[in-house]
Amino acid sequence: MDRYQQLFATLHERGEGAFVPFVMLGDPSLEDSFDIIEALISGGADALELGIPFSDPIADGPTIQQAAIRALDKGVTPKDCFNLMAKVRAAHPNIPIGLLLYSNLVLAPGIDQFYAMAAKAGVDSILIADVPVRESAPFHQAAKNNSIQQILIAPPNASEETFADIGHQSGGYTYLLGRAGVTGAETAAVMPPIAMIQKLKSVNAAPPLLGFGISTPSQVKAAIEAGAAGAISGSAVVKLITENLGNKSEMLKKLQEFVYGMKQATKASS
Amino acid sequence: MSNKLASKFGDFGGMYVPELLIPALDQLEQAFIDAQQDPDFQSEFMALLKDYAGRPTALTKVRNLVSNPKVTLYLKREDLLHGGAHKTNQVLGQALLTKRMGKTEVIAETGAGQHGVATALACALLGLKARIYMGAKDVERQAPNVFRMRLMGAEVIPVHAGSGTLKDAVNEAMRDWSASYDRAHYLLGTAAGPHPFPTIVREFHRMIGEEVRSQIMEKEGRLPDAIVACVGGGSNAIGIFADFIDEPGVKLIGVEPAGKGLHTHEHGAAIANGTKGILHGAYSYIMQTPEGQIEESYSVSAGLDYPAVGPQHAYLHDIGRAQYAAISDEEALNAFQLLARKEGIIPALESSHALAHALNMADEAEEETLIVVNLSGRGDKDLTHVHQILQGATQNG
Repeated sequence: MDRYQQLFATLHERGEGAFVPFVMLGDPSLEDSFDIIEALISGGADALELGIPFSDPIADGPTIQQAAIRALDKGVTPKDCFNLMAKVRAAHPNIPIGLLLYSNLVLAPGIDQFYAMAAKAGVDSILIADVPVRESAPFHQAAKNNSIQQILIAPPNASEETFADIGHQSGGYTYLLGRAGVTGAETAAVMPPIAMIQKLKSVNAAPPLLGFGISTPSQVKAAIEAGAAGAISGSAVVKLITENLGNKSEMLKKLQEFVYGMKQATKASS
Repeated sequence: MSNKLASKFGDFGGMYVPELLIPALDQLEQAFIDAQQDPDFQSEFMALLKDYAGRPTALTKVRNLVSNPKVTLYLKREDLLHGGAHKTNQVLGQALLTKRMGKTEVIAETGAGQHGVATALACALLGLKARIYMGAKDVERQAPNVFRMRLMGAEVIPVHAGSGTLKDAVNEAMRDWSASYDRAHYLLGTAAGPHPFPTIVREFHRMIGEEVRSQIMEKEGRLPDAIVACVGGGSNAIGIFADFIDEPGVKLIGVEPAGKGLHTHEHGAAIANGTKGILHGAYSYIMQTPEGQIEESYSVSAGLDYPAVGPQHAYLHDIGRAQYAAISDEEALNAFQLLARKEGIIPALESSHALAHALNMADEAEEETLIVVNLSGRGDKDLTHVHQILQGATQNG
């Protein structure tokens, strides 16, 4: 069993859903980034979704773009990010680590080389925001070669064909888009179309985690009640970093509290 | 999952966009296929091109510009088109497609404002609501075009994110589209971006080359030896090349901006000096760091200031069907002034790059040579800018 399968099996036994926070690696600096990730884990994160900063993030709203700019301004490179992830992996052997980024960063060293570096750093899954199912073949191949799960996105407007492809190809988890648009907590997510979750189950897709616009425990609770395996929260987490740039201990405290609250909402009894 | 039209040129092109945008791109592809086969659509498009935009544009033989008697040089006068540049062609086509898809809003990006102005005029004419993303720096630098767009009823939205230039405006337009595709069409301004844009933009500009073919046959009784066009994203170039790609006797030459020199970082020559990668939905030549971060491009001409190139140009380069040269700011400014002085035509700085290269070819020609330059736009928009540069040069010199 891979780390995601283990996680979902354990959570299933406990009757819980997964809460997965996203942060940008190297934001606001490499050193702070490690402490931030530690705070997320100590708050109760079941898995991590980590970004490598890219100059032109077309699928992200202003909050996450600003995080990427902060990291790039510090000179953070993909290599730095891999080193940081390896450090996280060494400290936490079991937590699933997902990478979320843009295709050009994967192409730059060569697709297979990139996946090999990710595997070496202890990454479990890769989601490429600008690679739709239809362009995903070479990335899938590299994922297979390096025992990494390729994460696919299921958007609310996907065709039957896309759903079927996701069923055939998805591993790890399925990133379920709660709504149209870009990342950001600015617009609340429409609550998960139960129909989409059923559809994903019927095509045997990997367990769906609901993302985009998830910023409150009640949204997490509703996602799980609708049948999602859990929820991912990005912009709401990054916003706490942005708002507390001048006060690191306050930032870490708020992140830990936020994750704790979101994680509590994944428990059926709550 | 597959596309109905080829989505790639060799390895180049494709649809590297969030999954969320795939249905919108598929819908656009289908609308385009249907429109191309619909005589009503075609006749409406042709009528707008003729009676509103002023097609066909003239093919003008230069009288005084070329001193080498072996060389005959013609200019395809897209500068005479309504709006002042070739851009009006494809904007009218895409605006008609917008209506055909039942959409009422148009999103566009613009750098110097030329595509924004073209979009604004088409939307004013066809009753569409336009919102145009423009880098905050460009909004400042291009105040007259911002006023033109607003005058024609478009909303201009300054983009502060990133570097505040064209590539950031494209990013923002794509973000808007991911939330509004059910009612809005993204009217992309060049032959780049994800499939089907490079194909649609080429087909909606291909009359440029078709007109050249019949005009040059009438005037010279033969096809040209070379066709020269400037390349930023590459829409005017692909428009004039398209009808000649299968004519191996006609050399196709794209001219990229060398800015302050290819050895500097201040240029926009993605083919000459870039590497392969993905930007704005397409795999092509782009300007990037070894880690894959997109670099800022530079050119004196805002319309060529883009760190990527349309995927079909990347392909034509790789298979050797077209050649790509680079012309510096200085050479372009020189050609700009020469054409004004010798022929009484003030070209756009973009088109001045193509002209400068053609003049270099003319100087070197030892055999009878017939050259057509795509004079893609007129220079009115550049007057203040060029005036400042030339005054600066005089004062410093």
